Amino acid sequence: MKKFRFLFVVVLSLAVLLSACQPDESEPAAEETEPFRIAVVMPSAINDLAFSQSMYDALIMIQEEMGGEEAMTFDYSESMFVVDDAAAAIRDYASEGYDLVIAHGSQYGSSLQEIAPDFPETSFAWGTTVDTFGIDNIFAYEAASQEGGYVNGVIAASLSESGVLGVVGPIETGDAKLYVDGFIAGATATDPDLVVNVNYIGSFSDVALASEAANTHVSAGADALTGTAQMVVGAIGVAEESGVLWFGTQASQTELAPSVVVANQVYRWDVVLNEILDLIDAGTLGGTSFVIDLANGGEVIEFNSDFELPAEVQTLAEDTINGIIDGSITIELGE
Amino acid sequence: MISDLFSMTVLVGILASGIRLATPYLYAAIGETFSQRSGVLNLGVEGQMLLGAFAAFFIALTTGNLWLGVLAAMGVGALMGLAMAFVTINLKAEQGISGIGFYLFGLGLSDLLFQKLLGTVETVKGFPKVQIPVLSDLPVIGEIFFRQNLLVYIALLLVPLAWFVLNKTTLGLKIRAVGENPEAADSLGVSVARVRYFTIILGGTLSGVAGASLSIALLNVFQQNMTSGLGFIAVALVYFGAWRPWGVLGGALLFSLVNSLQLWVQVLGIPIPPDIAVMMPYILTILVLVLTVSRVRSPSALTKPFDRGE
Repeated sequence: MKKFRFLFVVVLSLAVLLSACQPDESEPAAEETEPFRIAVVMPSAINDLAFSQSMYDALIMIQEEMGGEEAMTFDYSESMFVVDDAAAAIRDYASEGYDLVIAHGSQYGSSLQEIAPDFPETSFAWGTTVDTFGIDNIFAYEAASQEGGYVNGVIAASLSESGVLGVVGPIETGDAKLYVDGFIAGATATDPDLVVNVNYIGSFSDVALASEAANTHVSAGADALTGTAQMVVGAIGVAEESGVLWFGTQASQTELAPSVVVANQVYRWDVVLNEILDLIDAGTLGGTSFVIDLANGGEVIEFNSDFELPAEVQTLAEDTINGIIDGSITIELGE
Repeated sequence: MISDLFSMTVLVGILASGIRLATPYLYAAIGETFSQRSGVLNLGVEGQMLLGAFAAFFIALTTGNLWLGVLAAMGVGALMGLAMAFVTINLKAEQGISGIGFYLFGLGLSDLLFQKLLGTVETVKGFPKVQIPVLSDLPVIGEIFFRQNLLVYIALLLVPLAWFVLNKTTLGLKIRAVGENPEAADSLGVSVARVRYFTIILGGTLSGVAGASLSIALLNVFQQNMTSGLGFIAVALVYFGAWRPWGVLGGALLFSLVNSLQLWVQVLGIPIPPDIAVMMPYILTILVLVLTVSRVRSPSALTKPFDRGE
């Protein structure tokens, strides 16, 4: 029996390993000049059509710009929703000599604060936040997601016939809260009588509850919905089925429901990454914080080309974007 | 504001949502009821659901046949059940720990397969809502009960069926005997191992369908870790329902209805912070468990491996 117990423990460990290990994509490139090596730790999957994908897409884009795998390679650990596991991964990457280690999630901050001083030669970046902890090998980055939220809110308010909009949020914090508050500000600035119902479902992963939250909004009369974080795929399905409009954020969600997605706020982290890489090139390993917004091109409003947006709404949307960029529109957040 | 809760739209909305949310719990918890009544605690439900959800989604996407998808989910769930049965019956491993192992296995494998075979979040055309003629036109009741997808109806039918099998058939008697007093059952010639193999595999099969009910009927997408703890709540609901199918139904409905109620509480702007609102179903479940658990008795042999002795 002892043997069987042992066997079982082995099987169990394998299972744990299997759940923790993610496919390792990049093979070491042919050694001529050492490529720049980036590692990134992400809380959800690289194809979540949201937060983690926005970073993954940016890294792919930068890799192409820099000239492929000879110039830059990156490795990643995804679905690291357990912070302790993420911390271990960050430390591993740092000790393996990566040039830049990105902790893509505000929950990783305190781990990074402990790890970074042990590796003074390595540059670290984390977000979304503005806090570098005053440590000079940590960069911080944040998204001004209220800006795209505002634009989406303006468009939604202009298209709504029922006068009710619905929002499906995860937890009332970070860039999710900024986005939601921006959306409300944009919608009510366009039409003060508009009702914006907000639902925080208390989870970043509960797809079923997100879908019922969307159903609730539709029953309450909403004819345009938005939402943020990776569990909204459930809500997008409901929007499509009920024929109500959807506004996306973080990454483009058009392909999930081409008939109802109007516009997406897309994060372009490559803007921040390029600045960070330039600084590292010049010998600075951290100490600065960055914000992506509409003005610096780190946030882009991507319209669904299959959706026929009335010309005057299109114009209004573009005026709003320009107004935010030139500062003539200020976004008042808050209760 | 509070009075808004009692309008017809809201009540219908809460009930219709509640029944949809309860569907995956029903499949998983009814399956778990069978294995626990025979004395086996299966904590791997969540992993079985994830693999079932992926199998159903992948097969439905590639073949376009939803029933093949359900069948695939059942097959995968049954295989997971078979493995669980081998580990707990033949190897006599500790049930709680091995269940967690199977959960992690299902979580990891479904994630890996998703990466390798799909690579991105896609949608599939799932089971449509079926309007049952005449009944679906009934005011109020029609919208709540008779405009759902097929897997919702089957889940509801499963409850009386499970009750019948457990209480009115020889098989049910054997299952209960094995869970209460395996030595006595064994001395009467009932094969404890065979009965438990059956219930664990049945539990796995139904957990697979629970996953399918999410990925190809209610949500029509697959995403990593999409069950998000539903499987563990299903296990809790078996305790909540005092190991009886009707009790499980009551628990699943109560939990789901309170969950859909809290969604409406937020939408109607009733001034309860969202963090408190999302806690409501969990707090209520714990309360009911505390109040009832002392009065019901779990199957005596639950979590105890059976050793015939020589």
